Amino acid sequence: MHYFKRTAFAAVVAAASLAGVLVASTSSAQSSDATVKEIEKYRAALGDGNPAELWEARGEDMWKQKRGPNTASMEQCDIGMGPGKVKGAYTVLPKYFEDTDKVEDLESRLVSCMVMLQGYTYEEAKKTPFGSPEKKADMEALVAYITAESRGLKMNVAGTHPKEKEAYEIGKAMFFHRGGPHDFGCVTCHGADNQRIRLQDLPNLTKQAQAQKAYTSWPAYRVSQGEVRSFQWRLFDCFRQQRFPELEFTSQGSIALTMYLAKNANGGVLTAPSIKR
Amino acid sequence: MKNIYFASMAVIALSSAAQVCVAADEAKPTAAELVMKASFKDRGQARVDRLEQDETQRLCSQYPVKRPKDVEKKIQDINMRLVKYPVDGKLLGDWKEGEKIAQSGVGKQFSDNPAQPSGGNCYACHQLTKQEISYGNIGPSLYNFGKQRGNTEAIQKYTFGKIYNAEAYAACSNMPRFGHNGILTEEQIKHVTALLLDPESPVNK
Repeated sequence: MHYFKRTAFAAVVAAASLAGVLVASTSSAQSSDATVKEIEKYRAALGDGNPAELWEARGEDMWKQKRGPNTASMEQCDIGMGPGKVKGAYTVLPKYFEDTDKVEDLESRLVSCMVMLQGYTYEEAKKTPFGSPEKKADMEALVAYITAESRGLKMNVAGTHPKEKEAYEIGKAMFFHRGGPHDFGCVTCHGADNQRIRLQDLPNLTKQAQAQKAYTSWPAYRVSQGEVRSFQWRLFDCFRQQRFPELEFTSQGSIALTMYLAKNANGGVLTAPSIKR
Repeated sequence: MKNIYFASMAVIALSSAAQVCVAADEAKPTAAELVMKASFKDRGQARVDRLEQDETQRLCSQYPVKRPKDVEKKIQDINMRLVKYPVDGKLLGDWKEGEKIAQSGVGKQFSDNPAQPSGGNCYACHQLTKQEISYGNIGPSLYNFGKQRGNTEAIQKYTFGKIYNAEAYAACSNMPRFGHNGILTEEQIKHVTALLLDPESPVNK
């Protein structure tokens, strides 16, 4: 059944891509609105057969399975709304947690629970942050499951604890920090309206409506990669393109920047896990 | 950054109390800088020292949207002095090579091979020719750049200089300083200059 689903999905992608090429070949500044509408139709068509469902199902299994040195499941993990509460939990992240005395995003919180509940070491829990067709990442499956349980709900990050406020300010400074051989910062591509790299639209993350739309569309199934990508991956790959060194998975800086972007997206309705090119 | 910090601490030890405050304010890394330094790691050619900012990067981060006129002048003056023109005085290369450089987006990422030449990736942000429809709009359209400006020595010098160090002409421009930061070689910049100015280039057709 999965095979059938993927084949049908591939056909949709092929047809929609062809339509996309035809649209692109006639595109100009004047017809850009029409192009945007066509792209939205393409995304809607893809959404009907989003393979992220496979990651969500696998993630739910991972969440409930007894694993690790303690043969414990993750079901008692507090990801923001109390132990075992999954529904809506993603909308309050990142958040300060007393047990670790840290502000944590979803991925870092899952790592903490794998350590505290299942008995893994931090190194083991963070070993495969991003999957590939050869090696699937449990982390991305868990992320897909947890975020899908918040789909349709509004982002509601508090940001009131002193450590949450500190993280927000650090994240904000990171957003505007220009450096490296290209003098790039997040703000270079995401600080003005209606900008594109080649034909790729870039959201202005300093404006609330655009920040809401962008943030709530992650994590996402990337058609070009055949993988569900987490928000940690999104930041990791942005910094690669920014010509920066490697952003370490679940590092304090990655969580701070997530705090800045997530809080700016408050009120936005989560559409993730979504599907992207 | 660390070295600057410790060097300034040494200065502080030898200075009067009044100077202490000034030096400490200028050199002490911010909370965000410390967190960033601990959150990135070297990978391939992209080392953590890339997080360290020169004065231009620091000022442009401090004033991301608008900046005082004197700050703008300072940034442009600093960078104008950093433009190095070719010693042979020749500023125009081969526009066909320039087009290849304008199309290529490789270079300087940790996933790139540092032994390969970098591209300029001009089309990522600019329209240049009628033939290439996949172009970005972060920078202005450069179609007919040479046709509108002519191909005088002064225009050639301006064009080469702008590609070499955009900050010399527009403070806190989004455009990378291709020559100053060693993204493109002098020869590559000559080719891109030709792409923009050569009357035979598709930019001017």
